[in-house]
Amino acid sequence: MRNNRSIISGIDWWTIVLFLVIALFGWLNIYGSSYSFDQTSIWDFSNRAGKQLVWLATAVVMGGIILMIEEKAYDVLGYIFYGVMLLLLIVTPIFARDIKGSLSWLTIGPISLQPAEFAKCFTAIAIAKYMSRYGYKVRDLRDLTVPFLLMGVPMLIIMVAQRETGSALVFISFLLAFYRQGMTGYVLSWGVASIFLFILVIRFGEMALPFGTGNLGILISTTVIHMIVLGLLIGKEKDLRSAIIMALGVVVCYGIGLIINIWTVVDFNYVAIASLAYVAIYLLIQAVKQRKSSMGWIVGFVMISTLLCQGCDYAFHNILQRHQRVRIEVLLGMKDDPHGAGYNVNQSLIAIGSGQTTGKGFLQGTQTKLKFVPEQDTDFIFCTVGEEWGFIGSAGLLLLYLALILRIIYIAERQRDKFSMIYAYCVAGILLFHVTINIGMVLGLLPVIGIPLPFFSYGGSSLWGFTILLAIMLRLDAARVNKMQG
Amino acid sequence: MINDNFYRRKYVVGSIAVMIVLTYIVRLFLLQVIDQSTQEKAANNAQLRQTLYPSRGLIYDRKGELLVANQPIYEITVIVREMMQEHFDTIGFCNALHITSNDFAMRMQEMSDRRKNRGFSRYTPQIFMQNLSQEDIAQLQQEQYKYPGIDIRIRTLRDYTYPIASHVLGNVGEVNYNDIESDNYYAVGDYSGRGGIERTYEKELRGKKGVEVYMRDSRGRIQGSYQNGLLDRPAEAGTDLYLSIDRATQQLAEQLMQNKVGSIVAIEPQTGEIITMVSAPNWDPKRLVGRERSANYQQLLDDSHKPLMNRATQAQYAPGSTFKILQALAALQNGCITPNTKYPCSGQTSTPIKCTHDHGSPVDLEEGIEQSCNPYFWALYRDMLQQDGYENGHALFKEHYNDWREIIASFGLGERFANTDIREQAKGYLPTTDFYNRIYGQKGWKAITIRSLSIGQGEILVTPLQLANQAAAIANKGYYITPHFNRNDSMKSDIHTTLVDSVHFDVVHRGMSRVMTEGTGRWYNIPELQMCGKTGTVQNPHGEDHALFIGFAPMDNPQIAVAVAVENAGFGATWACPMATLVMEQYLTGEIKRSALFERMANANLIDKADEE
Repeated sequence: MRNNRSIISGIDWWTIVLFLVIALFGWLNIYGSSYSFDQTSIWDFSNRAGKQLVWLATAVVMGGIILMIEEKAYDVLGYIFYGVMLLLLIVTPIFARDIKGSLSWLTIGPISLQPAEFAKCFTAIAIAKYMSRYGYKVRDLRDLTVPFLLMGVPMLIIMVAQRETGSALVFISFLLAFYRQGMTGYVLSWGVASIFLFILVIRFGEMALPFGTGNLGILISTTVIHMIVLGLLIGKEKDLRSAIIMALGVVVCYGIGLIINIWTVVDFNYVAIASLAYVAIYLLIQAVKQRKSSMGWIVGFVMISTLLCQGCDYAFHNILQRHQRVRIEVLLGMKDDPHGAGYNVNQSLIAIGSGQTTGKGFLQGTQTKLKFVPEQDTDFIFCTVGEEWGFIGSAGLLLLYLALILRIIYIAERQRDKFSMIYAYCVAGILLFHVTINIGMVLGLLPVIGIPLPFFSYGGSSLWGFTILLAIMLRLDAARVNKMQG
Repeated sequence: MINDNFYRRKYVVGSIAVMIVLTYIVRLFLLQVIDQSTQEKAANNAQLRQTLYPSRGLIYDRKGELLVANQPIYEITVIVREMMQEHFDTIGFCNALHITSNDFAMRMQEMSDRRKNRGFSRYTPQIFMQNLSQEDIAQLQQEQYKYPGIDIRIRTLRDYTYPIASHVLGNVGEVNYNDIESDNYYAVGDYSGRGGIERTYEKELRGKKGVEVYMRDSRGRIQGSYQNGLLDRPAEAGTDLYLSIDRATQQLAEQLMQNKVGSIVAIEPQTGEIITMVSAPNWDPKRLVGRERSANYQQLLDDSHKPLMNRATQAQYAPGSTFKILQALAALQNGCITPNTKYPCSGQTSTPIKCTHDHGSPVDLEEGIEQSCNPYFWALYRDMLQQDGYENGHALFKEHYNDWREIIASFGLGERFANTDIREQAKGYLPTTDFYNRIYGQKGWKAITIRSLSIGQGEILVTPLQLANQAAAIANKGYYITPHFNRNDSMKSDIHTTLVDSVHFDVVHRGMSRVMTEGTGRWYNIPELQMCGKTGTVQNPHGEDHALFIGFAPMDNPQIAVAVAVENAGFGATWACPMATLVMEQYLTGEIKRSALFERMANANLIDKADEE
């Protein structure tokens, strides 16, 4: 009894309030966006809003049950959960019906569930368990091999076997927890840098060079890499001499390319690679000579970036599927296709924009009502918010999410055991990733990747999945009180 | 509260979240508060644009008689979303339209199949049924208020006052995918001209579509005019068209050609205007209108006589003896004969070409034409090509051949007429030196090798339109105007001068007149009309000979030039010539006095002879 009371008193009510506000607001918007003429009541359980209410009620009950469960269960059973989950993920495509090319839905009686939505939670538990074991410490990237595997395996199954790119990409969000535990910040920087290079390579990839052949995107990103190296040499290493010699060498490289181009057409991609190779070799020699390991890091940067540039171009044209390629091209403004690939985003921007400052009012949105926006109660539900509740409502919702995420980080930081802390960081990362990708897509800032808005989009699996995720965290947090006392 | 070296990283993670949310809020601010353009786009989304269809331009004949008009036709559209919203009385709706509920279900399914109907949407009007008559929709019209989402729209279809000129007029059909792709004026379900005048003058005839823009409310219902009709545009009716066709003559010519295969073309020589153009067999243009259109079209496609082909412009025949007129003119122009030059004829025993007529010898030009004397024209052709004794591939011989060919070509042979409103022309064929070089070798041919050409047989091919145009050029004494249909048009000034001087035409005219007074055409002459003509019987390796005739009248001031081609009819004199005189009679006098001749011609059935081929 005492235990239970302390659980209730230890529960973080802020989180619960935020969760309920977001979920109820979502429910209203699901009603708004699936609202149509023949619809009678928001309480009608045959429509989407009614169904969502059932999902929500069951999710709350489920959350309550989770709060009752002894928190040690997660630590103890973490790997078993993880193993069962992997099995379920592998089995799913075998029994799943093909829904829009994805094999991720399991139908059990009247309800369909998406195991991938629950996989995040169990992966988070497994990762937290591994990283919190006694004596574990992240010193370098080798220590992260197992967490990376724990993260990568379900990701790969979901992407390859279930063909759900969006749900798979979510697993990247665990990097945030790794980072907090000591993973080098270079991984995040490189992540950002690689996205930047990818955009450069693709955006300028198809433009013609004024001379020779080659990929303008690769040439520009090569130049960017050279600039960064120069900056590092001058700024960080204070080695002006090496910087000048390196710059001269690069100029000579391109000069030779241009001269040869007079007689025969030169592929400047090779000139770019040659110039980078020159820089790498030169800096390596300097690193050995001057016995500076920081120089070695720069060499590593040059080599990885080079691979990345060449790899991006290859991946974009050979690995991505056509519709994915088109989505990216539309996003980067390389293709204008308001009725094809760009249609969804275009309509979604129109809907949001037309909401203006205060919105058209609940149930008054014309764009979403007339079904101009597709997927309007699932992935594109933010449109309804934008149209009916305006800037006030949509910015408000964003702030609610921010508050929830910051609250979770706060909760994570106040944990006394690493398991709870790592798990909470995983939750924060997952939510941040979902919100970023989903709203970024709806706002036309990111390519169209179909993942739901947490607690908000219509769908039982995602609502249940997120609720369980959150409830476990709350349970772990509530137990913190006991630990303090004991 | 766990002591670790990385505790500061919580700020990094927190700021990442703050940065992202801030970025998105800025984006939202720009999109919702600053940028006003989405308002308009959203309004566009909520607009319902209803197209107003213009009535197609009318088509008149040269005397202002109405040939092609419009008739109203109804189509029923459905906005599925609205139809579904209340209890739609399907049974009542089906009863009002006299269709079964099965038809209804099938039609709905067909309509919403995006493979068949690319533009399908549940929120815009979709065509449920079309080509309905006033009777079909009468009941529904009264009860329309009962059926939400249902609209009755009026379109116009073609209506024809006379069952004539199907080839000239062309027809109007629903646009296909290619039309829509190539001209953004068209939308699915629109009509456009197919073939003939309807196609040539499509842009003039179709007019301009109008539009009425309505606002839809959030329930998708029409709330009223958008911005008080600011964007509304009325439809502009198409331009009316006056054709050079003479309705009465056209109708007579078609009666003459019934149950025959061939064509009649008549041109006004001074203007190049086509008075009559018949291709037989043809069809009643009404058959390609409305609901029966596709079935009838298929029937025409399957017909072994290929009625869809416009024989007047696309059938190619050897000109036969009608060509002798041009031979005479070319020889006069070349100076290798004078009107008085005589050549001997030994009748049946003549070599290399025998004479098929019985007459004295030697003959001069006028008599040669009158008697259509083959030996005369062979000798003339030989002398023309070998006038200085050169032959067998000598450069001078080929030069003479080319000179001759150029003269013939200047009458509009061997090429399509350019800058005209006549579609679907065949080129005909006028052999070149290269052609014979290829067949016989550089030195392998001389006049006698190509002797068939002298009497219009052999490789040369002409279309009935070219024959009529050639008759007009002869009537005009040396020039023609590109044949055309449009009455009020600058095309009248498109003059082509032939390479034959006008002084040479008088004797030829006299010869052609003698054909009609004393020669092969004498049975059908009407003296007061001063008819001139030339018959031709073209050898047909596949069956009975084709009957040809060219002529014009009156001789002093030609008003009409005619060419007739009747396939598998036998002698030109027996079929083509009398038909041509009837056409001239109708056009010049406005009536037919020789009704017995007309009856005999009109009632003759030569199509079965063609079938025997």
